Amino acid sequence: MDWGFIFERTMSAMIGPEAMVFALAAIGLNVHFGYAGLLNFGQVGFLAAGAYGLGMTVYWLDLNFWLGIPFGILYALVLALILGIPTLRLRADYLAIVTIAASESIRLFVRWRGNSDITGASQGINEFARPFYDLNPFVNGQFYSLGPFKYLGRDVWVLMVGWTIVMLSLLVVWQIMRSPWGRALRAIREDEDAARALGKNAYVYKVQALMIGGVIGALAGMLQVIQKSSVQPDTFNPVITFTIWAILILGGPGRVWSPVVGSMIYWSLIVFIENVLRGLPSGARDTLENTVRLSDINISQLRFMLVGLGLLLLARFRPQGIFGSREEMALDDR
Amino acid sequence: MTDEREVVFGSTSGGGGAGAASANMADLVNPVAGVFDDVVPEPGSPKPDPILIASNVMKTFGGLTAVDVEHLEIQRGAITALIGPNGAGKTTFFNLLTGFDDMDRGRVTLDGDVITKVPPHRLAKRGMVRTFQLTKALSRMKVIDNMKLGATPQRGESFWVSLVTSLWSGQEAEVEAKADALLDRFNMTHMRDEFAGTMSGGQRKLIEMARALMTDPKLVMLDEPMAGVNPALTQSLLGHVKGLRAEGRTVIFVEHDMDVVRDISDWVVVMAEGQIIAEGTPDHISANTDVIDAYLGKHHDSDLFDDEVVAAVLDDEVTAAALDGDDDAAAAIVRELSEEVRQEEDGP
Ligand SMILES: Nc1ncnc2c1ncn2[C@@H]1O[C@H](COP(=O)(O)OP(=O)(O)O)[C@@H](O)[C@H]1O
Repeated sequence: MDWGFIFERTMSAMIGPEAMVFALAAIGLNVHFGYAGLLNFGQVGFLAAGAYGLGMTVYWLDLNFWLGIPFGILYALVLALILGIPTLRLRADYLAIVTIAASESIRLFVRWRGNSDITGASQGINEFARPFYDLNPFVNGQFYSLGPFKYLGRDVWVLMVGWTIVMLSLLVVWQIMRSPWGRALRAIREDEDAARALGKNAYVYKVQALMIGGVIGALAGMLQVIQKSSVQPDTFNPVITFTIWAILILGGPGRVWSPVVGSMIYWSLIVFIENVLRGLPSGARDTLENTVRLSDINISQLRFMLVGLGLLLLARFRPQGIFGSREEMALDDR
Repeated sequence: MTDEREVVFGSTSGGGGAGAASANMADLVNPVAGVFDDVVPEPGSPKPDPILIASNVMKTFGGLTAVDVEHLEIQRGAITALIGPNGAGKTTFFNLLTGFDDMDRGRVTLDGDVITKVPPHRLAKRGMVRTFQLTKALSRMKVIDNMKLGATPQRGESFWVSLVTSLWSGQEAEVEAKADALLDRFNMTHMRDEFAGTMSGGQRKLIEMARALMTDPKLVMLDEPMAGVNPALTQSLLGHVKGLRAEGRTVIFVEHDMDVVRDISDWVVVMAEGQIIAEGTPDHISANTDVIDAYLGKHHDSDLFDDEVVAAVLDDEVTAAALDGDDDAAAAIVRELSEEVRQEEDGP
C-alpha cells in the first residue's frame, strides 16, 4: 500500500472543497442548533437557496454573476422567514417537521420539468461561474502542491476564497455569541419562558438566528456550485443535511470552532478509509470480495458505514463531541 | 438604588448567616405598616394605592373554569400572599397577569395602564417580573451570565449593535457591576462562575429572585418561592422577600404554607376553585372559617400534604407525645412531618 499517497489524499481532503463547504454549512447549523436550540432538519434547503439564487440569476434573469450573490442571500432570508414565522411561536418540533418537508419540496420544485426555463430542471444550470474563475490568479487546469496538499489551480482559488469566507463567518459567530445578543439567545435555548419573563422577545431572537444560520448555509451552497461549476438539483438531497448534522455533533454543538474541526475530521476520515480500502493488497481485496462482496462500486458506501459506526462510538463514549464539555452536557439532564 | 438602600444592604453581606442577617435587616423596615388598617377584609376590597388591578378576569380550559376573578387590587409596596388549595387556579391567575397565558375576558392594569394583551417581555420592561414554580435556572450558563441576562434594556441585545463591541462594552461593564452587587447581597459571590445547573434547589430559587431584580422591577411576582427549598435556606429567602419590600418594591407571591404566609405577608388573598373567596390580614385569614373549609373540607384529598392540614390531622399524635412529657418526641414528629411536606412539594 502506498501510504505516502494515502497521506497526501487525506491531508488534501482535510482542507479540500467538501470540508470547506460542509464546515460553512455546519457553522450555519451551529447558529441554529448549537446556540439557539432550533431543530433545523433542512439545512440543505438553505444551501439550495444560495445555489439557485446564484444560478438562476445568471440562467433565468440573465444578469451578472456577482448580482447572484445578493440574490442567493435574499432567497435564504425569505426561506428563513417562511419557515420561521409560522413555527417559531410553537414547540420546537414544528420547525423540525417543516424544515425537512421544505428542503425536499425545494429539491422537487427545482427539478420539476415545468421549471426548466427557470431552474434548468433535472439538467441543472451549467457554465455560470466563469466570472469567478476569470479572477483566478492561478492557472485553472494546472496542479499546485505545497507539502502534502495538492490541488488543481481552479480549486486553489475556490479554497482561498472559501476558507476566507469560513473564517469571516467564524468571526461573526464568535462576536455575536459573546455579545448580550448571544447571551439572550443561549438563554432562550436553555429556557424560553425564563428569557421572556426577563424581557427578551424569544420569537424575534429565534427568527433572527434562523436567518443568520440560513444565510451562512446559503453561502456554503454558493461555494459548492461555484466549485462544481454546475447547479444540480439532486445534490441537494436530505443526506446532505444529515451529513452536516453529523459534522456538528462530531465537533460538539455550541462551540465556535467545532463545525470546522468536525468537517475536517469527517472528510479526512472518509477519504482515508476509501483510499485504504482501494489500496489494499490484491490478496486482501480478493478475500473481501469473496466474503463480504466488497467491490470498487460499494467501497464508497462502506466508508460511510464505517464513519457511521465511528459516530455511534462517539455518541457512546464522548457524547459531547470533540469540543464540548461533558460536565456542561450533564447539566442538561438535571 | 438610593444611597439609603445601599447602606441597608451593606449591612447584610457582613453578617454570618445570610438568612438571619437579612431577616433582621428587613424586620427593621416595613414601609407599609398600618396601610391596611382601614381596608375592609372582603374579596375585591379597594386598596389605598393599588399598583395592579384585575377586573372580571376569566379563563377556562375546556369546560373547566380555572380562573374567575371579579375584582382584585394589589397594594403598592406591600407583600401580598396568594394562597389556596392545589388546583385553585393560583398559577393560572399568575400566568394571566404576567402575559404567559391569554385570558378569555377581563382587564388588568398596572399603574393605570392596561396590560391585558401585553406579552411577557414587554411587561418586564414595564417593571413587572415573575419567577416560576419550577425554577428556571439556565443550567448551561454561568451564574454571572444568568444575572447579566436579567438587565433590561441592553443595547447589545440588538443584532446589529452586537456586531460592534464598543457600542455595548460600556453598558456591559455597568451590568456586570450591578450583577456582582446583587450576588453579594444574596451571598452567592462564591458561585459566580459556576454553571447554574450545578446549584441546589434553594440556590436556584435565590438566583432566580436575584436575576429578576436585575430588571429593576416595581412589581415582583414569585410563584411558590419556598417550594423545594430546604429549611436552612427558607429563612434566608424570606429575609430577601422582606428586603424587596424594604426597598419599596411590591411583591405578590403564591404559597401553600400558612406559616410562611403569616411570617412575611401584609395582606392575604385566598383563592378556591378559581375565585377569590377571602382577603384580609394574615391574622384575619387564619381565623376565617371559609378558608379553613376550603383547605380542609372540600379539598381534603387534593391538599392533604399541606403543613396546616397535616398538622391538623396529626395534631393528636403530637399532643399525645407532648402530654407524655416527651417534648423531644413531639418535636421530632413535627420535624418529620414538615420534611415530608417539603418532599411532597418538591415533587414533579
Ligand atoms: N394548561 C391547562 N390545561 C388544562 N387545564 C389546566 C391547565 N392549567 C391548569 N389547568 C387546570 O386549572 C385549574 C387551576 O390550576 P392551577 O392554576 O395550576 O392551580 P394552583 O396553582 O392553584 O394549584 C386546575 O384544575 C388545573 O387542572
